[in-house]
Amino acid sequence: MSASEPLLRVEDLHVEFSTEDGIVRAVDGINYQVQRGRTLGIVGESGSGKSVAALTTLGLTRNQGAAISGRILFEGRDLVALSEGELRAIRGNDIAMVFQDPLSSLHPFFKVGVQLAEAVRAHQDVSKDAARARSIELLGLVGIPDPGRRVDEFPHEFSGGMRQRAMIAMALVNEPKLLIADEPTTALDVTVQAQILALLERLQRELGMAIVIITHDLGVVAEMADDIAVMYAGRIVETSSAERLFAGPEHPYTWGLLKSIPTLTGSREEALVPISGTPPSLINRPSGCHFHPRCPYAQPDHARIDPQLQPVPDDPSHHVACLLESELRRRLWAELRTGCTPEQARAAVGLPAPPNASAEEGSAVPGTSA
Amino acid sequence: MSRYIIRRLLWGVLLLIIVLALLFVMFRVLPTADPAKLRAGRLQSPKIISEIRHNLGLDKSLPAQFFLYIKNLFLHFDLGYSYYSNAPVKELLFNRLPATLSLVLGGAFVWVVAGLGVGIVSARRAGSRLDRAAMGTALVLVSAPEYWLGLITLYVFASDIGQVRIFPGAGSYAGLTSDPLKWFESLILPWLVVAAGTAAIYARLIRGSLIETMGEDYIRTARAKGLSERRVVLRHGLRSAINPIVTILGLDIGVLLGSSVLVETVFNIPGIGRLNYVAITHADFPIVQGTVLVAALFIILANIIVDIVYAFLDPRVRYS
Repeated sequence: MSASEPLLRVEDLHVEFSTEDGIVRAVDGINYQVQRGRTLGIVGESGSGKSVAALTTLGLTRNQGAAISGRILFEGRDLVALSEGELRAIRGNDIAMVFQDPLSSLHPFFKVGVQLAEAVRAHQDVSKDAARARSIELLGLVGIPDPGRRVDEFPHEFSGGMRQRAMIAMALVNEPKLLIADEPTTALDVTVQAQILALLERLQRELGMAIVIITHDLGVVAEMADDIAVMYAGRIVETSSAERLFAGPEHPYTWGLLKSIPTLTGSREEALVPISGTPPSLINRPSGCHFHPRCPYAQPDHARIDPQLQPVPDDPSHHVACLLESELRRRLWAELRTGCTPEQARAAVGLPAPPNASAEEGSAVPGTSA
Repeated sequence: MSRYIIRRLLWGVLLLIIVLALLFVMFRVLPTADPAKLRAGRLQSPKIISEIRHNLGLDKSLPAQFFLYIKNLFLHFDLGYSYYSNAPVKELLFNRLPATLSLVLGGAFVWVVAGLGVGIVSARRAGSRLDRAAMGTALVLVSAPEYWLGLITLYVFASDIGQVRIFPGAGSYAGLTSDPLKWFESLILPWLVVAAGTAAIYARLIRGSLIETMGEDYIRTARAKGLSERRVVLRHGLRSAINPIVTILGLDIGVLLGSSVLVETVFNIPGIGRLNYVAITHADFPIVQGTVLVAALFIILANIIVDIVYAFLDPRVRYS
């Protein structure tokens, strides 16, 4: 393993579920990597496959009957090929996970301290007292006041933010090298969200772990991530450094995400532009570019050609899967960032309207089978 | 919590009085055999009958009889005397209680162990042949009446009339203190019969409850911690799935303590249920009254205990 070898490298990962309605292609050939001590943000709507990808890293989709192919290399070991026992030794130890809803993710009938101590003793051969002491230490570390007392309380006696802090403490008891946070702030109040993100950043600095943060909220990754991967319909459609992604996004879906969040600096007349339509079914995905039924810039042949993730001409670390010409994309974004609507931007660069006007009407187009 | 328990106990007392009043109406106002005539036997002269009626206190008005009964019960813990044998009802009940407790508590042990075992295995292999066979058997056992199942097991296994004579049959009951081995042997068949239907219900219940629990977010958390699947199921899953079982277990035991009439009668076990059965055939009202009182008491206590245990099982529940 060389020094430049990333901590986690996912190669051509596919995760499929067989259901009565057909095969759900939840994750369809994604690649990404996470360097030690860095943060990757995975962004996408619900149903884009981002959580399934994360759960698969820990082998938690195995018992749901998932068909998994590809490689998930963690420190050079392929997690997909590991036995359940080998994987269990990694879970909660080298790789830990924090989930979306801390109330439902903590066992309602066990004291918080008991649940933390259990995580300690799952991987370390220590006494109950030592595990408890470690639990109290961690509760203090994540900013829970009076941890010596709170350790004996039940989850329902904690506030929402405190519960998520406890979940984070539980994930960190064994000092993981990688923390996967799946929508860690979605179930929380806005003020508490900022606290939790600040906490994660502080802990990352202090403990030096890598973080994969999964969210639908670009604001969250703007805060946290070094690199960003944007997922749509089970695929990564754009990936780059966070800086670059916010400065010059290349994919129309990323534009849509950026245009649909309000900013304090933008003028109040500038309308928020939602992405029309609904996320596609992962059973019958649209043909060609999966985004084409919702894309305001789609052209007739986009329904046939399946775009591949390719580097942007002037930046080899910035990849995008879009069939529009690179030059055209630059001009479109230049128009959009001035506050144009997609229609105005399209007119400005002289691009014809998409063949299916339904994209503007906001209705989902039933996709033909991919 | 203690205020809550006291309030529940006081309500329980009121409930007992209502049950007793209902029973008075059922046996005295509605047509039934005349205990005085039954007791007179062949000497059916009006004079003797009215004398007996006077001795038994049956010539007083119904409210007066009821008041007297309640007064004796609460002031002297006196449940009256059998019309048939003159024996004090309190003593009869205490003599019969150990047999009923043996039957019900042993049976409860069998049905909890069997129900949990089958339920957990079925839940973990839901949809498999084993699961379908177990749940099919459970359905048959739930549908089989106790007295029928009792007679069938006697016919097949009893040491006197059975085809395969391996277990002691009806009427072999011995007290635990007098002969522990015989006590155990004689109760094997009754335990199985009394447990069969309930074990089947528990197996189905725990199966459904565990399958549902295993889909919870906190089970995913437990797995993400790196716990073994065994620990995830038996500690995190079962801890939640067991709650509905605890609730009905208390009630089932309470109900059965007062009404194990069928099994006690089939196996001729001298318990409270059999006492009640014989008393009804003799129109022996004080005994019926006493057995029903005990049954109602057990059910009320079981309810209170279940509620208290539930507060310990689920820390989110707090009574005020």
